[in-house]
Amino acid sequence: MNTLQDLEKKINSELTTKIKSTVIKHNQLYIQIEKENLIDVTLFIKTNKDTKFRQIIDITAVDYPENTKRFKIVYLFLSHEYNQRIILSYLIGEQEIVPSLTSIYPGANWMEREVFDMYGVNFKNHPDLRRILTDYNFEGHPLRKDFPLTGYTEVRYSEDQKKVISEPVKLEQNYRNFDYESPWEGTKYIKEELENNDKKN
Amino acid sequence: MTKKTKNLNLNFGPQHPAAHGVLRLILELDGEVVEKADPHIGLLHRGTEKLIENKTYMQAVPYFDRLDYVAPMNQEHAFALAIEKILNIEVPIRAKYIRVMFCEIGRILSHLLNITTQALDVGALTPSLWGFEERETLMTFYERASGSRLHANYFRAGGVHQDLPLGLAEDIYKFCEKFPKIINDLENLLTDNRIFKQRNVDIGIVTKDDALDYSFTGVMIRGSGISWDLRKAQPYDCYEELDFQIPVGKNGDCYDRYLCRIEEMKESTKIIKQCLAKMTSGPIKSLNGKISPPSKKEIKQSMEALIHHFKLFTEGYRVTSDEIYTSVEAPKGEFGVYLISDGSSKPYKCKIRAPGFSHLQSMDYLIKGHMLADVPAVLGSLDIVFGEVDR
Repeated sequence: MNTLQDLEKKINSELTTKIKSTVIKHNQLYIQIEKENLIDVTLFIKTNKDTKFRQIIDITAVDYPENTKRFKIVYLFLSHEYNQRIILSYLIGEQEIVPSLTSIYPGANWMEREVFDMYGVNFKNHPDLRRILTDYNFEGHPLRKDFPLTGYTEVRYSEDQKKVISEPVKLEQNYRNFDYESPWEGTKYIKEELENNDKKN
Repeated sequence: MTKKTKNLNLNFGPQHPAAHGVLRLILELDGEVVEKADPHIGLLHRGTEKLIENKTYMQAVPYFDRLDYVAPMNQEHAFALAIEKILNIEVPIRAKYIRVMFCEIGRILSHLLNITTQALDVGALTPSLWGFEERETLMTFYERASGSRLHANYFRAGGVHQDLPLGLAEDIYKFCEKFPKIINDLENLLTDNRIFKQRNVDIGIVTKDDALDYSFTGVMIRGSGISWDLRKAQPYDCYEELDFQIPVGKNGDCYDRYLCRIEEMKESTKIIKQCLAKMTSGPIKSLNGKISPPSKKEIKQSMEALIHHFKLFTEGYRVTSDEIYTSVEAPKGEFGVYLISDGSSKPYKCKIRAPGFSHLQSMDYLIKGHMLADVPAVLGSLDIVFGEVDR
């Protein structure tokens, strides 16, 4: 029970149907599962004497807006005992609720809050699911791909109201996202501008 | 007669010198005993991950300087390693030594800041004055190599931006010769100091199990007696060829963590010396023209170099579609980059794993039952920098 290959075999033979697929890449084990089996799989890799993944390193999500199962939730585990890493992931749709790992790994608390804040994924049985990194009363989920880079609101101190207020973003110049990958075909924003001008004329 | 008492809610920060940045800590106090701590973070959130998704790989590097801004190059290292692993880039040996050397300088920078400001929080003024002088010297080394004291933007996928200027290696060596004496001076002020010990011994104790459960890394886990250091456990760059020890604490309190940091600075000095001794001349970045920009001289002479230069600084290099997690032992703990590339010249997703984030979330567990005056001591020993916690 030392190499990643052994670990892969062990996990596949013990958890059989609960594992969708496994790959070894970059000296790490990538495991795909279904959402329903998350608790079983993590409990197994945490407590089994041959795996001992005692530490959760991070939780994050990846947004693929074009897919029906929009988010990929990713968990990174570390085993000090055997010096191995697992990257566990599964796909969910936009409205789905995900089980929380906070009762198994207390360290998952803020990581799940961050995923909730940044992607709007809800966690079931999370003790304290509040926004964490964004401002109080912030709306939207910034790391979703359809959230604009400049955001929707900006804050400033209002001399009239004597307090900090937030209002819609006003930019002196549009955000210029140059499309360098095919410069000779013209950048997207110029094309759009030209099309708009054509329509007006 | 019995008197009814009410718990007091106290707002600690966000503008408080002992909060080490913009931490808003809401404390529930029963007399002077802390019943509950609720850290509110995000006051320095700049959306680094979102910005990186909109920048080419080369343009993303400076964002890493702005995370843990007291040890900038360590973060760049994790990002550079991630790209190198995906693209299978061979890094020249000189570049490896330069990178490791600057990472260790970063470790000393960070530990010096942490130890001295923690001492400041518990009442000792002099260490910070002495420590900051040395930090200034170290930052001039940064400046001479990269052109900037703090936001270096020096590491690249495939090596470093440019070679060390003449005389820098000698000056770093001279610094390493005299630095152990400075550590001794600091230790004379703190290690056996009665007040410093009263404020730190047996404060904020973390057991081995809790250190694992709360995802502690770096000094926080070593202070509790678990010998775990990524430089030894999962060596990257040239750490395998270097000889150094991993200091491990016993009791897991603030004082042990302080001792670990002191010892780590001594080890770092040794590593820097070894790097200087083993460094041979040679290229400092990958010779692959599709990754590393050509020199000015080449651009003037070779058409191909000119094209490479143009493509690298407009489109940037493309990274094949892959998913990877790489981590380095940053001064504060495990700093990781979870990178998803999609074959274009911009990362599809770049999650930054900051050690301080996990450490700060355990604040409630660490401080419960302690006195209010212990809050700055515990906070100081967590080694929090808000650049990386808030991202």
